[in-house]
Order: sequence, then structure tokens, then C-alpha cells
Amino acid sequence: MCSYIVEKAHVSGSAKGPSGWMRIDTANVYFDHPYHAPLDHALGIDFVCEADGARERVAVELSAASARELVTKIMVALASGEAAHRAA
Amino acid sequence: MSYEGLTGETVGFRGHQGDLGEAYYARPMHAGKCPGVVVIHHLPGWDEWIIEVVRKFAHHGYAAISPHLYFRSGPGSPDDIGARVRAAGGVPDEQVVGDVKGAMAFLRGESNSNGKVGLIGFCSGGRHAYLCACRIPNVDAVVDCWGGNVVVDDKSQLNDKRPVAPIGLTDQLRCPLLGLFGNDDENPNVDQVNRTEAELKRLGKNYEFHRYDNAGHAFFNVMRVAYRPEQAADGWKKVFAFYQKHLAA
Repeated sequence: MCSYIVEKAHVSGSAKGPSGWMRIDTANVYFDHPYHAPLDHALGIDFVCEADGARERVAVELSAASARELVTKIMVALASGEAAHRAA
Repeated sequence: MSYEGLTGETVGFRGHQGDLGEAYYARPMHAGKCPGVVVIHHLPGWDEWIIEVVRKFAHHGYAAISPHLYFRSGPGSPDDIGARVRAAGGVPDEQVVGDVKGAMAFLRGESNSNGKVGLIGFCSGGRHAYLCACRIPNVDAVVDCWGGNVVVDDKSQLNDKRPVAPIGLTDQLRCPLLGLFGNDDENPNVDQVNRTEAELKRLGKNYEFHRYDNAGHAFFNVMRVAYRPEQAADGWKKVFAFYQKHLAA
């Protein structure tokens, strides 16, 4: 069933969208039927800038397993990267 | 073999509160009268598969229209518009009812109309179809394809946009209902489908339910891994037999 549940993460940074680089302030995260990925359900993330009206987005649709893998790798990359920068 | 041909195109229609929206409309090219069907898309949006469904109905002799229920959040591609609507928590039921009424009026206003109009919806559109058949008095037949949240067990899911569970409106259903469901679906699950059927039976409604083994959600959708060809082929036969019975002039 289509789910209306959306988790909103406040983020700070940039993403490259249809018109080039843009500022982003929000990641809308949901687990539902994808639009493109050949999966029953996908973890969708839409990076948008709500302050600018959220008219453009950078979107991904990931399998549940690969979304969890991404979460793990983000944490690993942050930990190792921050450690390396502290040592420099 | 008789001559076959159809025309499909994007058209304007007047939706809720007279708002001008876009819809995909397809109809047979023959000169005779034909029944109409309003095709209601699922939450991710007005996608290519739903357009194919409209053309399928036209191929089978129906004038069919799928209103883009998210047109107010455009412009943009249907997937981007769908993402905006999702982030905003979906569209209000009241607005959907108004848009479906408008799409029905479009079909009945066409010179090819035999006056009969049915609804069909998939997924959240199945819920919308059930809701609209209860709320709109002149629907002639309705098909609910695995509409989730017709039964709402978690009352926190009810809000200003979706204030009632459609099952609570069943006493207002005036037309025959066909329901198609996969037994592996989680929403609606088997228990929820059984409870919907029990309510229809209790109220003496004209309905038929068909449940399919080895099928889950969206098993008609050839663009999804959920597609189940045997169950879908049988389901489509059920849909066309139901509409032939209730929408033919």
C-alpha cells in the first residue's frame, strides 16, 4: 500500500539537480513504492530546498538492504574522515 | 475483424471547485456510444502505467480518463510533482472527490457517452475509488484494486486530509463494487479485506470480491516486480465482465 509517512531531515549543504548545483535544507525520506527502481518498495530520499520552494529535487530510490549499507558507510566515512582530518 | 482504433491525448478538465486540471483521455474511434471509466492513480503519481491502463480501456471499447490528481502542485514531471505531494502529506480526500466528480462530468459531457460511468483505482487510488463511490451518488460501478487504508486500524493515520476511514461510509455506497486483492498483500491484509467484505455483506451491498494466492500488492502492474501475469490476466477478465454487466447501455 502507498504510505503517506515521510520523515523530514533538516540538512545543510548542496546537491546537483536538473539546473546545476543548488542549496538544500531538507531530505524527505520514505519507504514506499518507487517510481523508477524495479522494486516492490524502495527507500526514497528527495533532497530539496524548502526555503526556495522545493521546486527541484535530487532523488534516489534504494533497496532496503542497500539503504542500510549506505547508512553504515556514511557513518564509517564520517568517522574515518574526521579522524584523518584531526590527525593532519 | 472489426475496425479497431483509438485516440489518446492530454485534455483539460474541471476538477474540485472548478479548478482547471489536466487528464489523460482515450476513447475508441468507432462512431457508437460507449461507457466511461475514471482511472484513479496511486500515490507515487500519474505515471506511465496508469496512462497504459487508460489506453487499455479504450482498446476494450470504453472512454477512459485519468485525472492528474496532483496537477495543482505542478508544473513539472509527474514524478517530481508526486514527490512534492508526498512531502506535503498527500492530497485531501475532499479534493479528490471533487476531481473525480469533474472527470465523471467530462466523460458524460462527451458526445460518445452512453451515460454510464464507472470508477477504478489502484493502491491508494483503490481507496479513493471506494471513497468516491460512497460520496458521489451517480457512480454506476466501482472497482477497488487492493486499496489500502479502507480499514484504518491505526487511528493516528486519520487527519484533516483523510478524516474518515472509507469503510465507515459503506452505508452510502449505491453502486455495485468489484474488489480484487492479493493474499500476500500487507495493506490491505487478508483480515482487513475480510472485514470490508463483512461490512458490505452486513449492509446488503452488491459486491464481489476475488482474492489471489501468490500475489501481493500491485500485481497488475507490468512495470513492477510485483506483477503476476496469471493472476493479472484473470483479474482483468473479472474487471471487463463486471463493467460489461453494469456499464453497457
